[in-house]
Amino acid sequence: MSGAAFARGYNALKEQIDAPIAAFLSSCVHCGMCAEACLFFTETGDPQYTPIRKVEPLRRVWEQEYTFWGKLSKALGLSKPLTDQDLTDWETLVYDSCTLCGRCSMVCPVGNDIAYMIRKTREGMAAAGHAPEGLIGATQRAITIGSPMGVKLPALQAQIRHTEKEFDLKIPVDVEGTDYLCMLSSMEIMNFPEYIGSIARIFKQADVSWTLSSEAFEATNSGIQIGVSDIAAQLVQRIVDAAEKLKVKAVISPECGHAYMAIRWEGPNLVGKRFGFKVVHILEVLDELRAQGRLKVADRETRKLTYHDPCQIGRRGGVLEQPRNLINMVAENFVEMPEAGKMNWCCGAGGGVSTNERADALRLKTFARKKSQLDAVNPDALVSACSNCRIHLEEGLEEYHMDIPLLSLTETIADHLSDT
Amino acid sequence: MTDAEFLLWVRGPAFNIALFIMLAGIVVRFMEILLMGRKTNLAEARGSEMAGGLNTIWRRTLPDADTFRRSGFTIIAGNVFHIGLFVVIFLFVPHILVFERLFGVSWAGLPSNIVDATTVVTIVALLAVLVHRVKDPVLRMLSNFSDYLAWLVTILPLITGWLAFNRVGLSGSTLIGLHILSVELLMVLFPFTKLSHAFTLVLARWYNGAIAGYKGVQS
Repeated sequence: MSGAAFARGYNALKEQIDAPIAAFLSSCVHCGMCAEACLFFTETGDPQYTPIRKVEPLRRVWEQEYTFWGKLSKALGLSKPLTDQDLTDWETLVYDSCTLCGRCSMVCPVGNDIAYMIRKTREGMAAAGHAPEGLIGATQRAITIGSPMGVKLPALQAQIRHTEKEFDLKIPVDVEGTDYLCMLSSMEIMNFPEYIGSIARIFKQADVSWTLSSEAFEATNSGIQIGVSDIAAQLVQRIVDAAEKLKVKAVISPECGHAYMAIRWEGPNLVGKRFGFKVVHILEVLDELRAQGRLKVADRETRKLTYHDPCQIGRRGGVLEQPRNLINMVAENFVEMPEAGKMNWCCGAGGGVSTNERADALRLKTFARKKSQLDAVNPDALVSACSNCRIHLEEGLEEYHMDIPLLSLTETIADHLSDT
Repeated sequence: MTDAEFLLWVRGPAFNIALFIMLAGIVVRFMEILLMGRKTNLAEARGSEMAGGLNTIWRRTLPDADTFRRSGFTIIAGNVFHIGLFVVIFLFVPHILVFERLFGVSWAGLPSNIVDATTVVTIVALLAVLVHRVKDPVLRMLSNFSDYLAWLVTILPLITGWLAFNRVGLSGSTLIGLHILSVELLMVLFPFTKLSHAFTLVLARWYNGAIAGYKGVQS
């Protein structure tokens, strides 16, 4: 790697450091409790996966650039400067063994938000040219094609036609002045097109004014996962442009945790301006319709259901009550897994890990944590609300020979609605 | 230097220097953090930063049940030596007299024999914490020179204080002089090692809680 790339990375790390990071790094007492909160440690027992260790490059830059002792030691040649080799050594820790799930940030006794720091560390890693191939490819496709999976508009149009025919309804595209602009993730278009049909059926019954956009339908943001804010901002801007062009009141994030984080919480900060529209998660919309009595249920699920909280929707996103209200509306036997809710364990594939093929074996190994959570309640079916979790959960269930069907919450609601 | 001269020096000039370094160090460390600033959050808030921040400042003191199950030793030993340090530093009558001389305020102390026993418990807890740090693979990997230095300057005043109180070994004034000196070493290093968490933790917890509170999440 060239010296120029390393200098770019070093400066990017320097620029990321703000008061919260300085407070966090000043407060760490090396107690090691974050290790026990991280599924990459608990499922491997390997100390290198201790969350706070993953931010070591950021810590070194902070110490040497922004603390009295660090600057003094650097001037006297007593401290070891950060090198490109350090970044090489840390690449797998920062990208392969962290899903940005934020569970460590909940247990740190001094209050360090470690996930916040790992997200920032990725900005430096990517700038120095140390991002994983899989994420680089996904990010390039998101920019050039419009979707990290390379899904183009004709693929979506085909799914729309198929869905319209199957359910005998009209799916609005590019309709101006509606209440909602509905976003999707590529996985929903390619792997779970039932999601589109489910939204259309629910919104038809509840008489919701909505549209899709032909110019911006992809809500996921690999720019955030890889840690390149410029690209992340570009991807958010597409959605902002479409929302403004169509003059909608709100944009709906799909059943995807990181997409919600990207447009709801990071979006305005990435593009540098407040949005003129609201951003809501599909579960928030559905729960509001439920509260207004606009969802009419025909029959209720009798199977024992449990719910996997996607990290960016629950713990990091604040949507915890809504899925429970919705499941209880359509299911008679809803049980919670141990540590469900804000302390739920990550599926193991968030934060770009699923896009990073190098991490495949590790990601499946960590599924053992989800297995033990599931074993504790032994459900007939597992409900979730994130297509990325869903793909990985399906793979994990197969790998561990577990015969538990996986349901999307939105699709489950749609399947239990009355036709009238 | 005679025993008396040594005692006069540690109680006088040395103490003033140590106090100055500690207080100036605390100010420097706070400034180093606060001057970094942070960007205004442009996303529409769902909850309150202040409420989330304040909640996390106190709430983070109490671990949830599952965290306690996983990190029980660290939590129990940690709490024992922190509470022990509080009792020994702030509730020992001779220490309260020092605070009264310095700041003009005083409060009720505990009987000396209770503080004496607490000192022993605190020393034992700190020894246990050290053994854990050396033996546990995660802690061993995380630990550096500074961790052991911070441990040493924390336990030294406890040991020298206990020896001075119980008049073990050397003369009384030498022991008390060594005790004060060990406290001064702690004071000087306090802002510049991880011991600074004693005051920066308020900021760290506040930021964590505020980031979560803004999003309407409980942290």
